[in-house]
This record gives sequence, structure tokens and C-alpha cells, in this order.
Amino acid sequence: MADDPYQVLGVARDATAEQIRRAYRRLAKQYHPDLNPGDKAAEERFKAVSGANEILSDTERRARYDRGEIDASGQERPPPQGAYSGPPPGWRGFAEGREGTRYAHAGAGAASFDEEDLSGLFGQMFGARREGGEMRMRGRDELYALEVAFLDAVQGATRRLTLPDGRTLDVRIPPGSEDGQTLRLRGQGGPGRNGGPAGDALIEIHAAPHPHFRREGNDIHLDLPVTLKEVVLGSKVPVPTPGGTVNLNIPPGSDTGRQLRLRGRGVPAHGGQPAGNLYVTLRVQVGAPDPALEAFLRDWTPEHPADPRREMEGAA
Amino acid sequence: MIPIETLVVQVRGLDRTALERWIDAALVRPDGEPGAWRFRDIDVARVRLIVELRQEMRVEERTLPLVLSLLDQLYDARRVLRRLGAGVDEATRARLREVLDVS
Repeated sequence: MADDPYQVLGVARDATAEQIRRAYRRLAKQYHPDLNPGDKAAEERFKAVSGANEILSDTERRARYDRGEIDASGQERPPPQGAYSGPPPGWRGFAEGREGTRYAHAGAGAASFDEEDLSGLFGQMFGARREGGEMRMRGRDELYALEVAFLDAVQGATRRLTLPDGRTLDVRIPPGSEDGQTLRLRGQGGPGRNGGPAGDALIEIHAAPHPHFRREGNDIHLDLPVTLKEVVLGSKVPVPTPGGTVNLNIPPGSDTGRQLRLRGRGVPAHGGQPAGNLYVTLRVQVGAPDPALEAFLRDWTPEHPADPRREMEGAA
Repeated sequence: MIPIETLVVQVRGLDRTALERWIDAALVRPDGEPGAWRFRDIDVARVRLIVELRQEMRVEERTLPLVLSLLDQLYDARRVLRRLGAGVDEATRARLREVLDVS
């Protein structure tokens, strides 16, 4: 199969080492398979040239060939590292594959002629299709709704979402999430086509209402039932807050409807926003009839009599 | 994935300073960062190609970017054509052969 190495390199039998080297370089440049991808003839030619060079570039081997101890075809074997890396996995094997885009001509972010341009060219020639084909396409974004408890939205939580295709997603709900807010989970949406990246999962948070707390931005409001005695005499009462129970001082003589502030006890600090406040509105509850209280009030004369409806005079 | 120390031993005739120069010029694009490069198989093949271009074919350092740029464009085009070929049915393929005048 192999031809005479002198003929392959096109040198005389008495060529100097330098002449052989020059001939090899010239032919290698011409036929290197990485420079002639897909050209079988060039590849065969390059193999022959490499094989011939293997023999003739090595003084001892060249002498053995000249003496007829080895023949040209006997030397056909993979060339050593650094001399010739093809056939695949040589450069072609990688460059032709999907991962070859790593060395796409556009390079590191540079705008230039690249694969997408060529795809675009074909798109123009054949009429681009919106879907399918062999075009590299990013997967679709998929929208999911996630119902979370009021306090989970306020305090943050991790919830598992089961998708229609059976996959499960652990969704981290950040503290201070608002009703209707959308979280984006990169790469968790629809699969890409032809090696395109997957789309994102968009998770819309629906915070369920709370029986006692109301949220206004980062503040939380709470109506707190209190007894007559607690507001008249003042007291310290436990109040539920998103972060746990705290004690609230009710000043003596507080009226129903009075709003007290617990600083920093609202929505916790998040995303550069300071913690909100918890506003407690007192709601006095007189409670079940109490004969002693009734008796007291019957005999009681207020020190500062006042008409609480004075402001309403003439309103009707 | 191999570090630069392994690579310079693995590829005969590879000079580390030259390699770092090629990385700076983005002719070789390993993962990682300066001082902690990690080379994938494709990067190793790329380095071998450049070593061959420089040493076997005596492509000069200043010509190297041009040669690689042309080569990369060639492979870009071949990747697209390959995908195109894979994406059409046999009837279309036959028609394409007709158009290209190959049997």
C-alpha cells in the first residue's frame, strides 16, 4: 500500500536531512487533515507523507529502509504525539462536534461572523421556521403558580413544587416575597432544541391571606383584642408577630382603636430594604356581663366628663 | 480536565510561556482563570493543533491568529452544514445532491 517514501516526499534518494524536512513541511501544510476537513484524498496523502517522514527523518530508520531491512508499508502506524493528532480525536474530531462552538470564530463574546450568522443565512434562504428544524433554540419559559402561606411569603421558606411532567423543584421563597411576585429559576423550564439552553421556570407566588395579619408593603397590621382592664390600667400583653411572640406595653388609658408600633417586627429586612414595623390596633372587648362592673359604673362619676360624640354634632 | 502542568508534559514541544501567550490571545480557551487553568480534551487538541502549525508547518506566531481564524470559520460553517444535513429528509437530501451535482 505505501509507496516509496522518497517518491512520496518527492526527494532524491541522496537528499539531505534538511531537504527532507523542507519537503515534509511543504506537503504537511498542503495536506494536513485539520486544514482540509472532509477531504479524504488529502487525509490519505497526509498519512503517506507522515509515514514517509517517519522513516526518512530518522537517520537510523532511513538507513534500514535503504538497506531493505524494513519496507515502506511496515512503518505505517500512528504517528507520535505532537506530530499528527488526527484522525479524530484530532482537532477535526472536536471542531466538527457540538463542543466545537467553544472555538467558534466569534470568540469570547466578540461580534463577528459566527454560527448563528450562518444559521441566519440559511434561514433567509429557506424561510425561517419558528419552531423545530435543526435550529439551536432555547427552551420555552414555563409559568407555574405556587400558593404559599402568608408567613412563608413574609419570612421566606423553601417549598417543593411538583411539575406536570413529574419533576420536582425546590423553590426558595425569599423573605419579603409579595403576592403576585414571580421567581425565575434559570434552566428549569422547557428543554432546549438541538443543544439550545433550557428555558426558565417562572414561579408566580400567591400568598394566602392570614386570619390575623394584614400586610401593607413591609409593614404588617394586626387587630389586638384587649380587655377593659388592660387598657384602663395599662399592662403588658403577649402579641403574635411573624417572628414569634413579643410582649407589648399598653399604656394606661389607651382607647380602643389606638395604634401601637412594634418597630422592626413587620416583614424582615430583605434585599436592601430595612425590616418593616408591626402596627397593633387595640380592640377593647367588654366581655360577658359582670355584675360587679355594672354596679361600679352605676355609682361612678367620671372625673372629667366628656361627650365622645361631640364632633358628630350637626353631621346628620 | 487537566492543569497546565500536566498539559506541558503531555504535549511534546509545548512551551509554557508560548501557551500562556496563546491563552491571553484567546487562541486557546481553557476553563478556570490565570494561574488555575483547566484544559478539556478539546483544548488539548487545540493546543496540539497550534503546536503542529508552529513547529511542523512553521506557521509564524504573528500569522497564527489569521490561520486559526480562517480555520475556525471553516469549522463553524461545517458544523452548520452538518446539522443542516442531519435535519433534512432523504428526498431533500437527494434534491440537494442534484443541486450540488454530486452523485
